[in-house]
Amino acid sequence: MFEKLRKAVDGFIQKITLKEISEKNLDEAFSDLQMALLANDVAYEAAERINHRVKETLEGVQIGRLQSKKDAIREALYDAILDALTPDSPVNLFELLEQRKKANEPLIIMFLGVNGTGKTTTIAKITHMLQKRGYTVVLACADTFRAGSAEQIQIHADRLKVRVLSRPYGSDPASVAFDAINHARARGVNVVLIDTAGRMQTDKNLMAELQKIHRVAEPDLVVFVGDALAGNDAIEQAKTFNEKIGIDAAVLTKVDADAKGGAALSIAIATGKPIIFVGVGQKYSDIESFNPEWFTEKIAPIK
Amino acid sequence: MVLGKLGSALHQAVQKLLRSAVVDEKAVKELVKDLQRALLQADVNVHLVMDLTKRIEERSLKEAVAPGISRREYVVKVVYEELTSILGQKVVPLKFTPGKSNIYLVVGIQGSGKTTNIVKLGRLLKKEGHSIGVVAADTFRPGAYDQLKQLADRAEIPCFGDSKEKDSIKAAKKGVKHYQSQKTEVILVDTAGRHKDEKGLIREMQQIAKAIKPDEIILVVDGTLGQQASTQAEAFNAATPIGSIIVTKLDGSARGGGALSAVAATGAPIKYIGTGEKTKDLEKFQPTKFVGQLLGMADFESLLQKVKDAEAMPDKDLAKALLSGKFTLKDMMGQMEAMGNVGSIQKILSMLGLGYKVPDELKEVASENLEKWKVIMKSMTEEELENPKLIRSSRTQRIARGSGTQPKDVKELLKQYQQSKKFIKTIRKRRGGLKIPGMPGMIGDQKLPRGTR
Repeated sequence: MFEKLRKAVDGFIQKITLKEISEKNLDEAFSDLQMALLANDVAYEAAERINHRVKETLEGVQIGRLQSKKDAIREALYDAILDALTPDSPVNLFELLEQRKKANEPLIIMFLGVNGTGKTTTIAKITHMLQKRGYTVVLACADTFRAGSAEQIQIHADRLKVRVLSRPYGSDPASVAFDAINHARARGVNVVLIDTAGRMQTDKNLMAELQKIHRVAEPDLVVFVGDALAGNDAIEQAKTFNEKIGIDAAVLTKVDADAKGGAALSIAIATGKPIIFVGVGQKYSDIESFNPEWFTEKIAPIK
Repeated sequence: MVLGKLGSALHQAVQKLLRSAVVDEKAVKELVKDLQRALLQADVNVHLVMDLTKRIEERSLKEAVAPGISRREYVVKVVYEELTSILGQKVVPLKFTPGKSNIYLVVGIQGSGKTTNIVKLGRLLKKEGHSIGVVAADTFRPGAYDQLKQLADRAEIPCFGDSKEKDSIKAAKKGVKHYQSQKTEVILVDTAGRHKDEKGLIREMQQIAKAIKPDEIILVVDGTLGQQASTQAEAFNAATPIGSIIVTKLDGSARGGGALSAVAATGAPIKYIGTGEKTKDLEKFQPTKFVGQLLGMADFESLLQKVKDAEAMPDKDLAKALLSGKFTLKDMMGQMEAMGNVGSIQKILSMLGLGYKVPDELKEVASENLEKWKVIMKSMTEEELENPKLIRSSRTQRIARGSGTQPKDVKELLKQYQQSKKFIKTIRKRRGGLKIPGMPGMIGDQKLPRGTR
């Protein structure tokens, strides 16, 4: 996972440390770094940001020997990436769960994203994970638009033995969310997971619909589901969903499909929100926690 | 369509070049850098970007530029050509043989939009008058059958499938057989999503293909796909040769560069693009339109035309005639015909560095009367054509009778000729030495060998 991005970063460090640092070849090296980041699906804007950060750190630092120069650059890059991945406010799902449980209230999580990123599958995986930790879950099929959406989530629910609330196609999705929350309150279910229809973030009407679901459900957490295979559009998607609805965390899917890892940086930089999980396969257990240090270490190791 | 967004960055790069004072190596190099960024930003595969821009750089600097167009215009043309060379120039239709069952196997990564687009395509082909059947062979993803069935029902297309069936190969085979027995013309087979590292699933896809022997395999590519578009498409193509591509989700903000990479990786053309959630939101793909939008140049066609015109060297005889002052009726007609009026003369003038505009009234009269004049000229003798001065009253009468026109029409033609000749003469006088680039020895004020004057 993510080897290519690390190679690109390595190449940059090699290049920049081989030569005397002058303004000109510094520019060249940074231009190379930016290319390398772009080639690994880091969106343009995000690549610029990282570049800028590294440059800033290096400026005004007196560097003597070659080795210390190398170290300084590695460190600057490591910091820039880790910093980008470190959220303004961290999200600890299990802490939140415990808090809500103590208050005798369900934790409400709403999932959103563009079409086909894997929202429903991710919800099934998270259900499975929460169940394993002993929490009870109810699902809301607030995707009353896409053909087969209700059947898809129903099959998952049957397999996982959880209840899913849904309404006929074309119904108001917000009301489905409302039903599920009432159900959870009445039955003392710990978590409500709300599945929404995929939508292009550029579609004003569908974004307004999402705002309505959000208003009605008042979720504790809004989770953006992003496709790790997406390129520059990842940043546009994350940014717009964050602006229009406000997101608290992100899940990156299809990471097992030889994803280059750039989307993680793009989404984190665009939103300042943490990536909490990554999807790594088709089984329910194929979901992992995302650790910014681990990721950074993987692509820009200090040593 | 939002494809224009890749355009806007490319457009800026090209505009920058068009505005620069000189187009030299430095400017071209800068354009290449800008192009690289724009293309990478649009998710075009990095190797493809490098190859593409290298060729653009080489051609822009090395190839000789036809006289009459600037290097900058030429460079834009090179950019256009290189982009279209990947996508192809023509709209490629789906492979279809009338009178038999055509089988299409639809494959792609999870969440690309296979199921939706199968029904979109089915609807489109149904509208074209074909009988359609869709087959649910995605036995893996929960709800896949229901999704296809519901969409097909809405589009009033028959759907074959069994939500209990676990074996995708069997499901595909059964469905195809069912429709073949009904002589359905178009059979669209839906499959589960898979990616290149799921070796078992890739094998399964090969087995399905082997079992149903599709006429064409359609790869559905997510328009938001980044650098992986290329490697994934390559892997699909290696497993089961891809015949055509449908690009989806182009109604968002994605720039569609991944699609370009997929085409380059598979050699399969894009045939349709998905532009919305409704079943009707599928368009035939037009590569030249796509590239035009990519470059964000509305007047691209006219620019290309200009380059093309300039490349086709003007008629040497005409140029000679112009320079020597020998300008016959035939020359005038030849010109008017070839260029649909005065374009050619205009062009030669501009090549000579003369900014003269051919008077508008001259153009109008010419275009109105072109056909009539052709007929009139057919009634003239060789001698008269070469030397119109010979034509006086009696000859005019004869020519008019012979061509079924009035003497005033003949007179008008002659008047037009005199005007054109005079116009050319003035130009020659104003400028002492005339020289056409690329035509050595054509100095206007030099004495030409006897017999040519």
